[in-house]
Amino acid sequence: MDGDNKNNKIVLKLSITALLMFGFGFALVPLYDVFCEVTGINGKTESESYQGKSFQKDESRQIKVQFIARNNDAMPWFFNPTEKTLMVNPGESILTYFHAKNPTLERMVAQAIPSVSPGRAANYFHKTACFCFEQQPLSGLDSIKMPLIFVVDPDLPKDIKTITLAYTLYDITDKAAIAPDNKAKVSMSSRDNDFLTRRD
Amino acid sequence: MAGPDKGFSRWLLATNHKDIGALYLWFSFAMFLIGGSFAMIIRAELFQPGLQLVEPNFFNQMTTMHGLVMVFGAIMPAFVGLANYMIPIMIGAPDMALPRMNNLSFWILPFAFAILVSSLFMEGGAPNFGWTFYAPLSTTYAPPSVTFFIFGVHLMGISSIMGAINIVATIFNLRAPGMTLMKMPLFVWTWLITAFLLIAVMPVLAGAVTMMLMDIHFGTSFFSAAGGGDPVLFQHIFWFFGHPEVYIIILPAFGVVSEIIPTFSRKPLFGYASMVYATAAIAFLSFIVWAHHMFTVGMPLVGELYFMWATMLIAVPTAAKVFNWITTMFKGSLTFETPMLFSIAFVFLFTLGGLTGLMLAIAPADMQYHDSYFVVAHFHYTMVAGAIFSISASVYYWLPKWCGRMYNETMGKVHFWIAFLGFNLTFFPQHFLGLAGMPRRIPDYSIQFADFNMISSIGAFIYGLAQLIFLFNIIRTIYFGEKTTKEQTWESARGLEWTLPSPLPFHTFERPPSIK
Repeated sequence: MDGDNKNNKIVLKLSITALLMFGFGFALVPLYDVFCEVTGINGKTESESYQGKSFQKDESRQIKVQFIARNNDAMPWFFNPTEKTLMVNPGESILTYFHAKNPTLERMVAQAIPSVSPGRAANYFHKTACFCFEQQPLSGLDSIKMPLIFVVDPDLPKDIKTITLAYTLYDITDKAAIAPDNKAKVSMSSRDNDFLTRRD
Repeated sequence: MAGPDKGFSRWLLATNHKDIGALYLWFSFAMFLIGGSFAMIIRAELFQPGLQLVEPNFFNQMTTMHGLVMVFGAIMPAFVGLANYMIPIMIGAPDMALPRMNNLSFWILPFAFAILVSSLFMEGGAPNFGWTFYAPLSTTYAPPSVTFFIFGVHLMGISSIMGAINIVATIFNLRAPGMTLMKMPLFVWTWLITAFLLIAVMPVLAGAVTMMLMDIHFGTSFFSAAGGGDPVLFQHIFWFFGHPEVYIIILPAFGVVSEIIPTFSRKPLFGYASMVYATAAIAFLSFIVWAHHMFTVGMPLVGELYFMWATMLIAVPTAAKVFNWITTMFKGSLTFETPMLFSIAFVFLFTLGGLTGLMLAIAPADMQYHDSYFVVAHFHYTMVAGAIFSISASVYYWLPKWCGRMYNETMGKVHFWIAFLGFNLTFFPQHFLGLAGMPRRIPDYSIQFADFNMISSIGAFIYGLAQLIFLFNIIRTIYFGEKTTKEQTWESARGLEWTLPSPLPFHTFERPPSIK
């Protein structure tokens, strides 16, 4: 019948639309990332070491760079910047350290996630080396000094006088245990520590 | 064609659009009472400062379940029910285009909500993360029942999408000869646009809960910053669905009111074409304003400005609609039967809700209003006085046509005035509470908010009582109402449904009517 045909066509078209929109929901994930990257909003910095051109030191102005270190949720580590603020010239390469200590008796893996504010400054804050590029495994009661080398782009808009770099430290021990290269080590150490009581 | 089956199989195997419409309407009424009883628990706890009746975690479950049940279980199915019942007879079609799919899309719903409501009795309790289920509250910190919630949302999404496809197919393929698109009643128009919105955004919601499912059970990190994801991403995806969703709820209400006001003004609707275009414009704008729900997440200035201005733009087509309704009434021979009372209250109160919406659209002001009771007051003026009042109006308007019996007008008016009073008593003070700084979704509050909260709770109990009068009046009408066989229940009602006998026969328009 002609009516059935017409109905089938509409059902087919609309079902495909619905499926495409389901896919579009997932496509929004990379789309938002691309959008944030292009516009530099959301305070996301580059997740890899900066390999771009080197800069001329700009002697004419100084930028105040503040460091914040905080823990996510129940993360028990001690985590602090060694210097809370630095006055830097744009174009100048700076080395600073963050200090972390695992106060528990178990081996843990942490991941630091950086965020820059104001968000507009994120594209002008380049890290040539950062502990946040890698996972940080730390045995129980161990501590570590983690380096950060960064340079502020001389093209940084003139009205930005202060940049805040905030790191949030996440406990990813469970997730890191899934990765094959960490598996053996993590399960070994957790077995070693089985007889010890947890300190949390 | 045969008459209805006997007994329960008439309903279980229903393919008749009127039976399925009735099923949807009764289901949504049941959900309305369940969601309403959650609201009663909320208001009882908030009657006084301090914790009296429930644990904070249970309170959160109540606010979450109230929102979910009302939005997905009460309002949306009620409008789908009205669409099923009315659209075929408004366009001169014998039934919906896909009757068997229609049956399936209804019968999924009771299962979806049985799953959702049963989570109240599970270990760890029901979802407690708010109806907006922001990650990580709904992922990292969610109770175990979140998986059932996700499955329930998937089911109701499938049901909505199938219902929407059916409505589009019906409107495109089954209009009687001569029923051109621009001759369709406005209720049909608003539903056509709503159906497209549903098909566009319900899959995005399904995507969002699927990502949650993967984050919770399969180790992905869509919304977890530790693994490179972003919780703000959840809010973007959710509101990309969520803002069109609120228009999915309100557009059919616009349609209902555009049917009722001309009838009781004894004038044709003013500005029919502009109503159609305004509806389409609102639907389009709904896709590009979502982040006005997220002004406080730390957007850049350009983002705030864009979403602020785009949101304010919605006021233009909406104002055109309000203008048209008022102009329809202007110099009309107005009478104030119950459907008209609810419709006028709709225009008045929905406009108030729209106005507070404009206030919330101002990004710098929203920093203060965000997540306060002002927002609660705003969206209840649009959802309750908007959607629920228009559903009440449409039930009174079409009930005599559906069952061939007249409802009790006095009781209808009593219902209206108690509901009107109760509603405003509940939600008007919440504007002040919000402006004074009371946050939403809290079981306890500072004592300076005590008086308005007590007034609000009393209003809520009154509003709850009004719904029992409504239920009583409907049941009384069906069994004992004064019989009427008039085709034209209301003297100047226009539209094909008023050319049919009352009560509506089981099969209508087996031969298409001729349309001038």
